[in-house]
Amino acid sequence: MNTKTDRPRVLLVDDYPDAREMYTEYLEFSGFEVVEAGNGMEALQRAIDTSPDIILMDLSLPVMDGWEATRRLKADDRTASIPVVALTGHALAGISEGAKKAGCDAFVTKPCLPEDLVREIRKILDAPPSSTSGKKGRRSGKYAKTS
Amino acid sequence: MPSPPAALLAVGAPRRTAVKRNGSAPYTGVPRVRVAVEEAVTDDDLLVARVRLLEGFVGRSEIADIAQLALQWLGETVGIRQSICLIRPDGESSLFVVGAYGLGSAVSSYTVSLEDWSNPLVSAFNQRKALFFPGPHSAADRKRRPSTPLEDAAFHAVPLGVSGVSDDAFGLLLLGGAQPMGPDLHWFTSIFSQKLDQMLHQNVLAEGDRKQGRERTLLYNIINAVSDPILLTDTEGRLLIANARALTLFTASEEESEGRRGAVRMNNMLLSSALSSKAIEETGATRRELLLVNPVDGSDLVFELLSTVTEDPRQGSGVVSILRNVTDLRRASEEIEENYRKMRIAEVQARAESDRLNLIIDSVADPIVVTDAGGGTSLMNDPAERLFTIPTDASAIEQRWVQANDAHFSSFIAGMLVSADQRRVGEIGLSDPRTGEAMPVEAIAGKVLSEHGELTAVVTILHDRREALEKARLYTQLQVAADELERRIQAATADIAQQNELLRRQAIELEQASALKSQFLANMSHEFRTPLNAMLGYTSMLLQGVAGPVEQPVKRQLGRIESNGRHLLTIINEILDISRIEAGRMPLQMATFKVPDLVGEVKAELEPIIMQRKLSVTIDLPRDIKPIASDRQKVKQILLNLLSNSLKFTHHGGVTISARRNAKERTLELLVTDTGIGIASADQDRIFEDFRQLDNSPTRAYGGTGLGLSICRRLAQMLDGRISVQSQVGKGSTFILTLPTKGRK
Repeated sequence: MNTKTDRPRVLLVDDYPDAREMYTEYLEFSGFEVVEAGNGMEALQRAIDTSPDIILMDLSLPVMDGWEATRRLKADDRTASIPVVALTGHALAGISEGAKKAGCDAFVTKPCLPEDLVREIRKILDAPPSSTSGKKGRRSGKYAKTS
Repeated sequence: MPSPPAALLAVGAPRRTAVKRNGSAPYTGVPRVRVAVEEAVTDDDLLVARVRLLEGFVGRSEIADIAQLALQWLGETVGIRQSICLIRPDGESSLFVVGAYGLGSAVSSYTVSLEDWSNPLVSAFNQRKALFFPGPHSAADRKRRPSTPLEDAAFHAVPLGVSGVSDDAFGLLLLGGAQPMGPDLHWFTSIFSQKLDQMLHQNVLAEGDRKQGRERTLLYNIINAVSDPILLTDTEGRLLIANARALTLFTASEEESEGRRGAVRMNNMLLSSALSSKAIEETGATRRELLLVNPVDGSDLVFELLSTVTEDPRQGSGVVSILRNVTDLRRASEEIEENYRKMRIAEVQARAESDRLNLIIDSVADPIVVTDAGGGTSLMNDPAERLFTIPTDASAIEQRWVQANDAHFSSFIAGMLVSADQRRVGEIGLSDPRTGEAMPVEAIAGKVLSEHGELTAVVTILHDRREALEKARLYTQLQVAADELERRIQAATADIAQQNELLRRQAIELEQASALKSQFLANMSHEFRTPLNAMLGYTSMLLQGVAGPVEQPVKRQLGRIESNGRHLLTIINEILDISRIEAGRMPLQMATFKVPDLVGEVKAELEPIIMQRKLSVTIDLPRDIKPIASDRQKVKQILLNLLSNSLKFTHHGGVTISARRNAKERTLELLVTDTGIGIASADQDRIFEDFRQLDNSPTRAYGGTGLGLSICRRLAQMLDGRISVQSQVGKGSTFILTLPTKGRK
């Protein structure tokens, strides 16, 4: 269990370790606290355990895929308010639609450069609280900027 | 003629009465009573007796009475105790008893036949000689004596007759007694004969008068009963005798109406003029027509006048005319004439009708034959004649054909005549008499029945079946051909269906293959991108100095890695786009958006390249450009592609983005115009093909996959738009994106 810091906490869910490591390194470099998960089931557990400010969810995951995990997160009161950004290399039609249906708040297509991802995260966290994401007012609004 | 003696004047009185009673016209030849008055009358008693006899005669009209009175007077005055009076009636050849005295009643049946010449009484009668028969003394005497009711008594037979008037006797008096004939007896015989003669003549005359009267009455009745007028006129035309019918025409009393009298006058005039014409005298009996007026109703009457001239020496010539009423006859005759005229008209009409019928029958192309009940042909039209009559110039073979036709037809008709069918349809195999060609005909025969149901004729119509058969044959051929055609079409259709099925399967397979390909490409691009993502990510982090400061030469090398990695990513993305479009997995997100905003975004996104190429990019849009309905993302992608292309192939000058509306087509045209190297017109179509760059050599000068314009074309089509190019080598190109303003149809 990580101790809560001032930095915005990002739950990064990706089964590809290289990508997970790259984004983690860059996010931490950019001033975020990063919690990692390798599959959907793990993501649910981490989300409940760490209460992240935002979740980056790869949709193609082993054990439990990203759609299912997102649905469960949005169905659980403890995690329902956390914004979920879907990450996928599948650019085919219907993917984004399915992600929105599952409860994702944003959608980012891979390949996504680390800095582009950070820009997307900041856009969501800086946005005025929506009915889902702003419910608990947990967002700090304070994060480090990349150079 | 001597005057009658005074003594007879009184005697004559009853005769005058009789004449009056008869009432007839005076006539001549009436015998007069002649009385011979004896001068030598000496005995008054005798004279008284004689007067008494004469007085007795007066007032007696019957011969039998006179005879009885006379015989009685004879017996009482002269003393003849037995006597018989026999008279020969007119026309008889026997003497009959009219009176007897002193004898039994059986005497009335006694007769003397005048044909018995052996009888002495007959010779006494015939010779007018009185005979005396004395009583018989012997059987021989008795034998000579005639048999009389006087039997064996002596008697005188005295013939009765009047000398000078007639030589013949009319009777015989048998006087019994042997005494000789005295003067009294002579006087008696004379006076009695004269009285009887007178009586006989009176009887004859009275009978004649009555008969004449009856006959005249009968004649008048007969004449009157004749309905035709009968007239007797004198030579001057004056009417002497007329029957009742003639009287109504030619006589009128003063009381009758003026009209009737006028009609009668007119009739008399007409008759006179008709009779006075000479024709009567010349021919004796003539017939002519006489027009008269009916006095009763004034109508015209037509008579046939038959006149005969009669010659009467005593009364002169006259004309007997018989008028026969022929009014009705004439009327009937006129009616007959009229009927005859009508009949003639009807006959003419019937003939015209018949001619017309013949014309009609002849005008029918099909042969028509009318056969009578006996099987004989009563009528045929021209086409039938050609079949069944031998032409004058026919050859032997033609004759045989016609005869064969006739035989076939006769057999058909015979069958029809004996059958009970009212109608019969059959086929007869005839031959064309000109060519001998087989000529099957359809024969339709119908019986014509009289109103009593008797067969009067059979009408047969023959219809040449050759044409029909030929048609049927052609039709069959056509049918066969049609069947064959249909079979072939069916085969071809089946073939095509099979081909279609094959094609459909192939299409499905292709589709499946294509889908598999697209799926494969999509998956592959994902697999490509995941490591590429990491490579580009780390490169970017190194360049940013995430892990610590980087030397400038290393930074330059890292920059090469990054740019090549991005190029690789572009290629992968484009392949992915093509795959998605081909797989139909590129959904449209239709929305209304403002074109200037979009164009600004496009320019902004390419700003780094613009800066790098040192080219001017001008946006020249009309102010009143309206928002359009389309897929914003796709339009942007197309414009990005077009603009980056222009930037890529332009070395000097600049690029202009402009727009214009086509109100008629309801389209908006977005134009990207550059001052670049241009495209030859021959190549202008090819640039939109897949993986096509004009310079396809490995060492080509310009990067890119060659998929950009191909994707643009596909996207524009998806949006119901199109892309075209106008270019000149060396001067530049203009790419035009045409989009519907109201979105997809």
